[in-house]
Amino acid sequence: MAGPNKETLLDWYRQMVLIRDFEETCYQLYQEKRITGVYLHLYSGHEAIGVAAVANMHIGKDHIITAYRDHGIALALGVDAKPVMAEMMGKSTGTSGGKGGSMHIASKNHNFWGGYAIVGGHLPLAAGIALEAQYNNTGAAVISFIGDGATNNGYFHETLNMAGAWKLPVVWIIENNGYGMGTDIDIAAGNPILHQRALGYGIKDMERVDGQDVFKMYDTVQHAMEHARNGHGSVLIEAITYRYRGHGVSDKQYDTRMADELAEWKANKDPITLLRSKLVERYKNVEHDLSKLEADAKKAVAESVEFAENSPLPDTLEYLMSNIYVGQG
Amino acid sequence: MKRMSFVQALNDALDIMMAEDERVFLLGEDIGHMGGDFGVTRGLFTKYGGERVRDTPLSEAAIIGTAVGAAMVGMRPVPEIMFADFLGTCYDQIVNNAAKMHYMFDGQFKAPIVIRTAAGGGFGGGPHHSQSVEGWFMNVPGLVIVGPSTPQDAKGMLIACIENDNPVLFLEHKALYRVRGDVDEGKFSVPLRKAHIAREGTDVTIVASMKMTHEALAAAEELAAENISVEVVDLRTLRPWDTQTVLESVAKTGRAIVANEAPKMGGLGSDVSATIAEECFSHLKAPVKRVCGLDTPIPFSVPLEKVILPNKDDIKKAVQDTLAH
Repeated sequence: MAGPNKETLLDWYRQMVLIRDFEETCYQLYQEKRITGVYLHLYSGHEAIGVAAVANMHIGKDHIITAYRDHGIALALGVDAKPVMAEMMGKSTGTSGGKGGSMHIASKNHNFWGGYAIVGGHLPLAAGIALEAQYNNTGAAVISFIGDGATNNGYFHETLNMAGAWKLPVVWIIENNGYGMGTDIDIAAGNPILHQRALGYGIKDMERVDGQDVFKMYDTVQHAMEHARNGHGSVLIEAITYRYRGHGVSDKQYDTRMADELAEWKANKDPITLLRSKLVERYKNVEHDLSKLEADAKKAVAESVEFAENSPLPDTLEYLMSNIYVGQG
Repeated sequence: MKRMSFVQALNDALDIMMAEDERVFLLGEDIGHMGGDFGVTRGLFTKYGGERVRDTPLSEAAIIGTAVGAAMVGMRPVPEIMFADFLGTCYDQIVNNAAKMHYMFDGQFKAPIVIRTAAGGGFGGGPHHSQSVEGWFMNVPGLVIVGPSTPQDAKGMLIACIENDNPVLFLEHKALYRVRGDVDEGKFSVPLRKAHIAREGTDVTIVASMKMTHEALAAAEELAAENISVEVVDLRTLRPWDTQTVLESVAKTGRAIVANEAPKMGGLGSDVSATIAEECFSHLKAPVKRVCGLDTPIPFSVPLEKVILPNKDDIKKAVQDTLAH
């Protein structure tokens, strides 16, 4: 099998370094209080999962939805970094006009139906979006991310059961980073092998996949999408990954508390390093391209910060009160 | 005009909208094969099939969330939650997703769903099948709450709700399901956010909705024999409610009674009476009075339940007290 060509792989690399740079910049801006608000959930460490998922979408046809760790999905889809950064700063030029914030990024043009901040609360939305695809026979599939923590609340059970009963075309991807906030999945779950839950719902179990390996992730999601698009119903994937920052950046003890694990994952399982070595191994003189992509990412992120900081704050009562109701207030 | 029950009027509205618009579909527990616990969807499964009249698992949170998701991508779902008391199990979807969807993403998305549910007590339904729940949702910007009192309004408002782009909680009081009345044939809509003067009067205004509208009208009829002229305002839309009609009526009569079946504390009755006091103080000849349910859960035993739920006699007494002030 040929697999993705060089151009595609370089584009994955571009997305991954853009996400990493964006997230680490957010981390810095938060420390400097240039990003305000309390909650900021970074995607650093998870990049291969989002990029591999988006790579399998027919953009504009398939759908995607996630929880609050949502910046990386927007960037992988090609949403401009500028309005994403503006949203972090609560500016009117943000993707949600400053009303949603970091946890509620969305882009209707990309069928990115948003980031949601009630754990598990977006899962039935994914089912509903898939119901429309099935009802109108559009051939589209829905990708829905699920944190490992969310597998233990009622939404997971109700929604995956309904998706199984109705054969809804959803690819459910558990991003298992080992911790629901700070609690180890091993003590939070009666059976911490999360993909095995698929059996209970009559949906296809695609087992565990190395979420740091973008190639394996891509292949797995590709098979899953085919399954969903061809009318066979939902698929459950458990991607094993790791979070480089705390659940949210307000977790100030994270680096100390998790020092050993962090060092281990960063040294041996970093998704960007892994892809980089593969590319260097596979293509002669690719280093120059990679360096350029890294520099481009830095530039794009810097420009996004400049744009966001120069954007006006929404400040009128009229603006505040708009879009509460559709039409007449 | 056709004489029909509240249930038949609702069924007619659903039938008309489903025939006209393929995006409209129903989902809920036992609404298909069984035709719904109260028969509101009877016959629709046979006519439109299981894809458009969907029997669901017993998963209220997934029912409402799925409806919201489908609505975001252009469908017009009308989910049924069998009893309003069960809304606690899908509260998060209504409050945090449906009602905030449009605002949270600054207008990119909308969630036009109509959640039909059977509310209210008086039948020995017990603590989990009898509650009036509008107060649970009064504090939720973005949500529309509707509670009709007549078959005509039930049909016209349900059509209006399905055509509306906002999420709606559509309360059907169980005591009204068998009430019959004249209903216009074919498609028509009754405007949302517009109260109805159910009876004109000059001495006192009673603001009511759903079953309490009937209790208020019965009280008004008896008070007329005592030469007391009562105006009854039927709110119909409970959120956002029609302040203009209410305030104009109170400005005219100078006295206000707010009748609401739910517990007194923190409910619709509180909001209406507070708004009258704030906005209409100079017109008031007496303090605003609330006639509400007692602040207790609803017990199973019918004699106990009768004590808790407000009725015609409680409203009558409140009117007399107000006039004696």
